[in-house]
Amino acid sequence: MPKNVFVQGAIPPEKVSDSIAKHQSKTSIGGHSIFLGQVRDDEVDGKVVAAIEYSAYEEMAEKELDKIREAAFSKYDLICAHIYHSLGVVRSGELCFFVFTSSAHRKSAREANQFLVDEIKERVPIFGKEIFEDATHQWKVNQ
Amino acid sequence: MTVTIKYFGLIAERTGRKEEVLTMDGENYDLKALKERCFSKYDLSDMQSVNIAVNQSLETSCTLKSGDEVAFLPPFAGG
Repeated sequence: MPKNVFVQGAIPPEKVSDSIAKHQSKTSIGGHSIFLGQVRDDEVDGKVVAAIEYSAYEEMAEKELDKIREAAFSKYDLICAHIYHSLGVVRSGELCFFVFTSSAHRKSAREANQFLVDEIKERVPIFGKEIFEDATHQWKVNQ
Repeated sequence: MTVTIKYFGLIAERTGRKEEVLTMDGENYDLKALKERCFSKYDLSDMQSVNIAVNQSLETSCTLKSGDEVAFLPPFAGG
């Protein structure tokens, strides 16, 4: 299983189509589920978020991601799971998070995908600096 | 004993550094005492929702030993 989760900058949309293409040789798969996180141009006190600069405690993040992946494979009937998250600056409208799960049937692909997304948001030490159009910033907190 | 401290996100912004090595007397040191020492050094008492990881695992209370890595983590914002 590839463990290079972190991608410098935005995740290019081509990475999503390339990932789908790579799974065409795995013919036991009957369903994929894809979650794509995109940077939103939130407005705070009249200022608009232009980008988020992501950073992470990478050594701990890798350990937590391993545990979350293991939990997903023991809980759901998964064939494969791939996770990518941006580090560095991602502008609004660009992709920052890509979770791709594949199973024989749709239900486990969907449920595992939701499980992975929720667990990663809650447990993996990733931090986001929301940079406004006027270059001021605030720190993002997950809802 | 020496402990490596790492700061992230908003906390690193407030401390003005990402990492430092602290030396303490004795062979054991309480995590809560270390937190108080760092919070007082950088005037972080207003910071809420700070998680602490010891050797990449979240901890609320434990005894530190020399060589441990302690990280002060602001709220997570992945995704």
